[in-house]
Amino acid sequence: MALVTLCGPLKTRAGGASDHAVDGATVRDVLRGLEDAHPAVGGWILDERGLIRRHVNVFVNGEYGSEDTAVGPDDRIDVLQAISGG
Amino acid sequence: MTELLVGTRKGLFVLEGEPGGALEVKARAFAGEPVEYAMRDPRSGRVLASVTSAFYGPKVWYADDPSGEWLQADGVVLPEGGEKALERIWAIVAGEDHGTLYAGGDPGVLFESRDGGATWALNRTLWEHPTRPSWQPGAGGLCLHSIVPWSGDLDRIALGLSAVGVWLTEDGGATWRHGNEGLVPRYLPDDAREGSMTLCVHNLQRAPQRPERMFMQFHGGVYRSDDGGETWTDIGAGLPSDFGFPMVLDPADPDSAFVIPLTADVDRVTPDGRVRVYETRDAGASWTARGDGLPQRDAYLTILRQAFDRAGAGSALELYFGSTSGAVFGSSDAGASWFTAASHLPPVYSVRATG
Repeated sequence: MALVTLCGPLKTRAGGASDHAVDGATVRDVLRGLEDAHPAVGGWILDERGLIRRHVNVFVNGEYGSEDTAVGPDDRIDVLQAISGG
Repeated sequence: MTELLVGTRKGLFVLEGEPGGALEVKARAFAGEPVEYAMRDPRSGRVLASVTSAFYGPKVWYADDPSGEWLQADGVVLPEGGEKALERIWAIVAGEDHGTLYAGGDPGVLFESRDGGATWALNRTLWEHPTRPSWQPGAGGLCLHSIVPWSGDLDRIALGLSAVGVWLTEDGGATWRHGNEGLVPRYLPDDAREGSMTLCVHNLQRAPQRPERMFMQFHGGVYRSDDGGETWTDIGAGLPSDFGFPMVLDPADPDSAFVIPLTADVDRVTPDGRVRVYETRDAGASWTARGDGLPQRDAYLTILRQAFDRAGAGSALELYFGSTSGAVFGSSDAGASWFTAASHLPPVYSVRATG
């Protein structure tokens, strides 16, 4: 299972835990799996189209990832609020 | 005691106090987040707020006490797997029967709640309307910003969308049709106006004592309908500008309307550096400026669509509006004189009053 790490309000909505082991072949699959386990996260990272929200960044093993980035069972996924500033 | 729910770019502010002077900030919620709209359901006392996080998207929240715990409402989403995502909720309005609320948003969507705002469902007939592929957004998006129930009739509702005109239902939202006859989209070439659906309604209100009487602020034009929104007559003559966004009616007087004109669509500030509310008491035949106590020199304010509201009615009518410069002004004598209720809030997106 991939290890998803959350912080801030996402961590709160996922029951207060930072780390979540979730199955999935892509980032989208994993994030949908996270939503299934923690429905309160639904709509906060992925929108209705299944796209990562514009100002949320997802890293896979430290590299920027997209919805379709492949994920392996030993991968680490960090979900962070983007800086979105100037 | 008057309560104002002021949605701002940096959170919700609950102001309280006696009309006539500065009101006190009694609570702040969603600090740092854009709160586009907040209202207190007069039937339940519950407060609902539309918050669009720059990071996590639009959500509707509710609380019995705005200084206490807020819960996220369920169902304020578009169908999963489609091509559209919900951008924003523009308005939340109480329906005619207990527990019913409506929420309008971008991209031109209506949600309905039957449990006081805890859970919501998308109105599918408007969402799947066959004309939707031709709908065009205004500068603020494809926003459903005005939801106007019919006093005493559960089935009749009017909607205002920018820029898709007026929509009417007589069957509780099962079917929808246009109500646009008489509207003149001056922003289109002459030969493109006839039959155009690109109708930029800015605000829509209904006189509760005479529900077939409606008033509209259009994108260039102020209109009145005496037939429930079927046809519209321009009543903007006499205003310094017929461009603007907010509009309030006195529920005790079906001939009344209040607007806050802005100079033009290319210059969205109060005309001539003067802040004035304009009032009609003869259904738009004439307009009177109401600015006593408002800034009358070097004042170039922008008052957004949802940033004007009232409490009470008739001789007890109170009026309140906020500006993007963070001021909130009030009147406790139906607009005859004004006071400053708050001076240094973040840019004001919405004002809703209870008194």
